[in-house]
Formats: sequence, C-alpha cells, structure tokens
Amino acid sequence: MPTTTIAGTEVQVDDEGFMTEYDEWNEDIANELASNIGIELSDAHWPILSFLREDYKEQGETPMLRRVANVGGVPTKQLFQLFPKKPAKKMSYIAGVPKPHGCV
Amino acid sequence: MTDKPLVPDFGDDNTERKMCFIASKGTLDMAYPSLVMANAALMEGIETHIFFTFWGLDMVTKKHMSDLQFTWMGNTAMHPPGGRFHMPQAMAGLPGMTAMATRMMKKQISDLDVPEIPEFIEMIEAAGGQLWACKMSVDMMGYEKDDLADEVIDIITATEFIEVSQGAQIIFT
Repeated sequence: MPTTTIAGTEVQVDDEGFMTEYDEWNEDIANELASNIGIELSDAHWPILSFLREDYKEQGETPMLRRVANVGGVPTKQLFQLFPKKPAKKMSYIAGVPKPHGCV
Repeated sequence: MTDKPLVPDFGDDNTERKMCFIASKGTLDMAYPSLVMANAALMEGIETHIFFTFWGLDMVTKKHMSDLQFTWMGNTAMHPPGGRFHMPQAMAGLPGMTAMATRMMKKQISDLDVPEIPEFIEMIEAAGGQLWACKMSVDMMGYEKDDLADEVIDIITATEFIEVSQGAQIIFT
C-alpha cells in the first residue's frame, strides 16, 4: 500500500489516494484532503463527513448518496452543491472512507 | 514518496461527456436500466438527459408511475430469482401471475435499497438530471403537462430531442 503525507502526517492510501486506515483520519487531515480537491470545509460539510464515518463504521460499507440523503437527512441537491460534480466519491475521499461500491 | 500528496483524479476538467437515455418501455423491469445508468452518470458529474417516449412515458405519468408492472409473458428466459428452472410461458397468462411477479420484483429491488420509480425520478431530478417527455406520445395518450410528474421539464418533439442530445452518447432502453 502506498503512503502519502497529509497535514504533516504519513497516512496509508490506495492507488488512487483514498485513505485506507479508518483511524488515521482526523479533522486536520480532512481539511487538507478537501483543499486538495478544491473544497473549503464549512459548517455544512462536517455533519455529512461525520455521518459517513459513523455509517461506515456501523454498516461496514460507505453509504451511497441516497442513504446520505434519506438517513443522513441532507438533500441530494445540497450534496451536489457542497461536493460539486461527484459528491459520492468526493465526500468519501474527504471522510477517509472507501469509495462507495453500490449501483444506486 | 514525493512531497506532493497522492490525490485521486476526479476528472473535473473532463466536462465534455454528455449522456442521453431514451426510455421507451413501461414495464417495471425495463424502467430501471435507464434510471440506474442515468443516476450513475450524474454521480460522475456527467450532463444527463432522459427522454421518455411511448410506454416509457408511464415512468413519468402521475397516474402510472407508482404502478408499473412486471410480467414474464414473452420473457422466455424467466426463472425464479437464483433459481435454475425456467418458468413455463403457459403459466404467465394465468390470473394473478403478473401481480405476483411484480410484487416479487419490487421486493427484490427494495431489498437492494433501490428506490421505487417515483422516488428515483425525484432523486435524478435533484441530482441535476434533465427529464423530457415525448410530444407524440403525450398526444397519443391524450395527456397534458399536468398529467406528468413535476420533474419533467417539458414536452418536446423528436426534433427538439435531437437538438437537446447534440454531442451526447445516446442510449436506447
């Protein structure tokens, strides 16, 4: 597994750059991951990242967008505004969880 | 290891891709392919359109969209989910078979946490998908704009669809 340095910490990532160790994530890292892809985290982003991380821990897989909308309670439109173009992939990248694998 | 962090390529600069789906069937099983693929395209940041024509219009008609049916009449490949044996065509026409097959398929779809048609249409619209109804089909069925789901942007002619789909990858379902 490759490693990369995020916010001064060496973290393990997959070939694309998604973090692979759940516990290596912290808020400083999230801020830097976000800025790597041109997103500045605001108060609106954090609850979504927390939901992704908690849900991943409970369910063992990254929630799809529909679950983030229905269970996490953030409307789809807002998810597209906060994480433009590819919300599912971008939010999981910043939350330090794997890319979602479902079809819907 | 380099100083530059490894960052996934989200392909944000790659904006020229555009996809148009033509949804022409009104059965439950044939409603999903265009919706699932259109949704996936939207998740990838691709400009996405769906053109609902002929029976596919049922997918966005208030009267029908919650009640699409699945029948195995004419589906000679029909077998039970995960089952090995094919189900005889002669049984497909028996009373109640379509209702039963529809119920089973709806359950399988919901077990996968995939939404029913109305919610799916809502979701695709919220994700930026652009939905169009075919004028000839609307006229054939005697519908007005009000008979269609609110998510439908407009009723357009075949010519207008060709204009909308300029430069797109077009997928007929």
